[in-house]
Amino acid sequence: MPGKNSIVIKLVLVISLCSALIFAVTLGYNYYSSRVILEQELEANARNLAMSLVYRVETELVAVTGVTEGLARSLENGRYSERELLSLIRSTVEKNPGIYGSGVAFEPDALGTSFRLYAPFYYRDKGKITFIRLENSYQYVPYLYWDWYQIPRELGRMEWSEPYFDEGAGNILMSTCSVPFYGESSGTKKLRGVVKADISIDSLTELVSSVKILKTGYAALLSRNGMVLAHPLKDAVMNETFFSMAEANNDPAMRKLGQKMIRGESGFVLYKSLMGVTSWMYYAPIRSTGWTLAVVFPEAELLENVRRLSMTMAVMGFVGVLLLIAAVVYVASTITKPLRLLAAATDELASGNFDVELPQVRSQDEVGVLAHDFQVMKESLKEYIKNLTETTAAKERIQSELKVATDIQASLLPRLFPAFPDRPEFDIFASMDPAKEVGGDFYDFFFIDETNLCFLIADVSDKGVPAALYMMVAKTLLKSEGQRLGEPDRILSCVNNILALENDSSMFATVFCAILNTKTGEVRFANAGHNPPLIMDSRGTRYLVLQPGFVLGPMPDVVYAAERIILQPGDTLFLYTDGVTEAQNREEELYGAPRLLDALQRAPREDLAEMIHYIRAEVKQHAGGAPQSDDVTMVAVKYRGITAG
Amino acid sequence: MKITAQRKNKELRKWGLIKALLLLLCFFASPSPAAETALKKASLIPLWSPQAQFAGYYVALDKGIFARHGIDLTILKAGPGHSPVEALQNSKADFAVLWLTTALQRRSAGVKLVNLAQTIQRSSMMLIAKKTSGIKTVADMNGRKVGMWGGDLSIPPRTLFVEQGIKVQEVLQTHTVNLFLRGGIDVASAMWYNEYHTILNSGYDPEELSVFSLNEQGMNFPEDGIYTLLKTLRKDPALAGSFVAASLEGWRYAFDHPDEALDIVIKYMREAQIPANRIHQKWMLDRMRDLFRPGAGGDKPGILRKQDYEAVGRAMIKAGLIRSCPAYDDFIGRSNAGEK
Repeated sequence: MPGKNSIVIKLVLVISLCSALIFAVTLGYNYYSSRVILEQELEANARNLAMSLVYRVETELVAVTGVTEGLARSLENGRYSERELLSLIRSTVEKNPGIYGSGVAFEPDALGTSFRLYAPFYYRDKGKITFIRLENSYQYVPYLYWDWYQIPRELGRMEWSEPYFDEGAGNILMSTCSVPFYGESSGTKKLRGVVKADISIDSLTELVSSVKILKTGYAALLSRNGMVLAHPLKDAVMNETFFSMAEANNDPAMRKLGQKMIRGESGFVLYKSLMGVTSWMYYAPIRSTGWTLAVVFPEAELLENVRRLSMTMAVMGFVGVLLLIAAVVYVASTITKPLRLLAAATDELASGNFDVELPQVRSQDEVGVLAHDFQVMKESLKEYIKNLTETTAAKERIQSELKVATDIQASLLPRLFPAFPDRPEFDIFASMDPAKEVGGDFYDFFFIDETNLCFLIADVSDKGVPAALYMMVAKTLLKSEGQRLGEPDRILSCVNNILALENDSSMFATVFCAILNTKTGEVRFANAGHNPPLIMDSRGTRYLVLQPGFVLGPMPDVVYAAERIILQPGDTLFLYTDGVTEAQNREEELYGAPRLLDALQRAPREDLAEMIHYIRAEVKQHAGGAPQSDDVTMVAVKYRGITAG
Repeated sequence: MKITAQRKNKELRKWGLIKALLLLLCFFASPSPAAETALKKASLIPLWSPQAQFAGYYVALDKGIFARHGIDLTILKAGPGHSPVEALQNSKADFAVLWLTTALQRRSAGVKLVNLAQTIQRSSMMLIAKKTSGIKTVADMNGRKVGMWGGDLSIPPRTLFVEQGIKVQEVLQTHTVNLFLRGGIDVASAMWYNEYHTILNSGYDPEELSVFSLNEQGMNFPEDGIYTLLKTLRKDPALAGSFVAASLEGWRYAFDHPDEALDIVIKYMREAQIPANRIHQKWMLDRMRDLFRPGAGGDKPGILRKQDYEAVGRAMIKAGLIRSCPAYDDFIGRSNAGEK
C-alpha cells in the first residue's frame, strides 16, 4: 500500500481539496447571487402583487364611496318625500352588489322643529333586501353616537369607519362609508344627516385571504388603527392590532413598522412575521380607507428553490469530486505503479544485484523513458563494474608484484645497523623512504679492502619501476666496479661508460661516491651531478664545495674529477638526495638547502641514527601532510679515528 | 371593542348553573366546613362586560373562592344597556361594582346603597389630547371639543372643568376612541387601564400625547367599589361580609397568579363573545394592581378612607352634582368582613 508520502495520496489530497474548495466557493457565490437577484425580483413582484390587490380592494371601495356621495348630493339638491327617499335607498342597495346595506340617518332636528330620530336603512338579509329603522334597532346607543355617524358629523367630510361588528343594523362585521349632507336653514349651511353605505368586511378579506403566496406566504389587511382584518392567524383578526402584537412580542421595531404602515407609507422590509417566520413584506396603503395591505413572503420558502438547486449542485459536486478522486487514483496509480516497480528494482540494483530484471514499461511517456534509461544505465553499470573488477584484479596483481619489488629493493640496500660493529673507527647510518612502492634513490657502502670503505648515494632520474630497474643496474655496477677499481673517479667513469652503452631510455643517475680510509680519515670522492654533501667538523657544519661532474648514463667517456678531504675524528659527512631539499609542503614551498643546513646544526651529532631521524622528522614536518613526491634518502658517516686498543 | 351578545347571556346562566352544580358536587365530596351548610345564592353585576377590570370576581368565581365562602355566585351580564345601579335598585343583583361618584349621586337621589369595599383607591381617569392639537394644560381645553362619556362617568371631568373655570364643547363619547383618533374631538376621555392603552396600540406613542390624569389634577376620586342596598346588608350581613372577603381574596389570587387570572378573564370574555386581546387585558390587570393599593402606606386593600370619601363629597357638592353628602359611617356598610 502507498504510504502517507506517496504521490497518489498527495495528488488525491491536493486535487480533491482544491476542487472541493473551488466548488464550494462557486456554489456559495452562486447561492448568494441567486439570493440577491431573487430579492431584487421579489421586491418588484411583491409590489405588483400588493398593488394589484390594493387596486381590486380600492375599486370596490371607490365604487361604494361614489354611490354614497351621489346619494348625499341627491339629498342636498333635491327634495324627496319619505317614499321617494326609501325607494332611492332601496335601489342603491339593489343596484350595487358591493353594498351590504345603506341608509340615511337624520339629525334630530332635521325633519321639523320637534326632536325626532329618523334613520331608514336597507340591508341584505339572507339574500333579501330588508328594511329597518336604525333609531329602533340600535338597542342601547342611539345612532347619533356610533362612529359611522359621529366621526363624519364632527369632521364634516366623508369617512370610512373602522371595521366593527354592527349589532342591530346588519349584524355582520362591516365598515361603513358615511357622507354628511347639508341643507340651508336661514342662510347658513346646516348638517341634516349622514348617508351611510356598509360593506361586508368578510367579503373583502376573503379576497385578500384567498391570495396564496408560495406555501405559507399570505396577504394581510390592517385597518387604520392597525387592527388585523385579514391574516392567517384567525385569532388575531378583529382582536389584535399590529401594535398589541408588537407589545406582546416586546418588539419595538415592529411597532415602528406598524406606525409606518398606518401612516400611509409603503415599503419592502425583511422582518419577523407575527408567526415568528423571517419574511419579506411589501406593504402599501389603501388610500380611500387608510387601511394597509401587506403581502408576506416567507424567506425560507422564497429561497427554497435556490436552496434546493444548491443542494442538488452540492450533491453533484460531491459525486464529481469523488469521481475525480477515483480518476486521480487511477491515473496516479498507472503512473506510479511502474515507478514503484522501478523503485523496488533499483533498490535491488543499489544493493549490487545487476542481474535484477527491470519492469517492462510499454508507455512512451516520461515513465517509459525513465524505465528505458534505467535499463541502459543498468547495462552500462554492469559493464563498467565488470571492467572495474578486471582492472582492479590486474592492479592488485601489479600491486602485489610491486610489493615484492619493494621488498627486493629494500633488501638490496644495507639495512642492518650498526653495519660494521667490529669497526669502531667510524659510524655509518642510512635511510631511504621511497615515494612510491619502488624508488630510484639508493645508497650503498662496502669495504674495498681492509681499510677503505666505499660509500655512495645516488638518485636515478624518474621514479617507480623503470627507475628501480635502472637503480638495480647502477647499484650492481657501482658495487662491482667499486670493488674492482678502488678509486671514486674511475668507478664513476667506468660505470658511466657501461650505462651509456645501452641507454635507449635516456635515463640517468646522479651519484656521489666516496672512499674513506679508516686509518687516516682521508676521504677520496667524485661527484656525478649529485647534491653536495654536508660536512660537520671542527669548523662547523657546511656544504662541501665540489666539482659538479656530469650525471651517469646519458653519454660515455665523461671524466670525473677526483677530490679529497681529511676527516678528523668526530667529523661527520652527511649525504642526501634532492628528495630532502625538494620536499614540498602544501604551499609548494621547498624544504631547501639552507633549512637542511640549519636543521643539521640543531640535530644531535653523536648518534647518526638519531641525526637522520631528526632530519627525517623535520622534513616531514615541513611537508605538513603533503604527499611525498620524491624518494628521501640520507647517509651519514662519522669518522672516529683509530683508538688505542 | 365592547360588543355584547345577548344570546350568550342564557348560555352564561346555563354555564353558571352547571358550574354551581359541579361546585356543589365538589363540596359534598370535600370535608370543608362550607360543605356542611347549603350555599347561599347571590348575584353580582359589574360595571361593564367581562374584562380584567373585574378579574378578582371572575377569578374568585372560577377558583371556587366564593363557594368556599358559602356563596353560590352568579355574575350578571353587564355592559351597554345594563345599568348596575338599576340592577341593584330593582333587586336584580345583590351586589354591584360602582364608582364612588355614582354611588354618592344615587344615594343623594335617595337610593339607599352602602359601600362594602373600595377596590380602586384613586381616579384612573384621564383626559388625553394629541400634542399636535396644542393642548398643554387643562385650561387649554377651554372651548375645545372634549369627548365625555355619558352618565356618571362624566362626573369627574365635569368637576374638574368647574374647578378650573373653563367651558368645553362636550361631545358624547361612546365605546371607541376612533372619534378622537380621527380628529373628530380634541380631547378624549380615557381610563388609564383601558382606552389609554387602546390609543397606544392604535399606533400613537406616549410622546405624541398630552395626558392629564385626573388624579394628578386633584380629582382624586376613588372609582370601583363594591356596593349593596342597605336592606340587603341588613337582611344578611354575613353574606355581605363573606362576599367582600371572597372578592378581595379573588383579587389577591389574581395579582399573585396573573397568567392564570388572564386565562380566566379571557375565558369569560370569549363566553360573552367579546374580542379578547390578551396583551390589553394584561395591561388592565397590571394597572388594577397599581390602583388597588396605590398608597405607599400599609393600608389594607378594600377600605374606603374617610378623608377620600369626604373630599369627593365636598367636590361634588361644590360642582353642584349632589346637594348633601351622607355621613361616612352611614355610607360604609359596617358588616364589612375585611375590617375585622
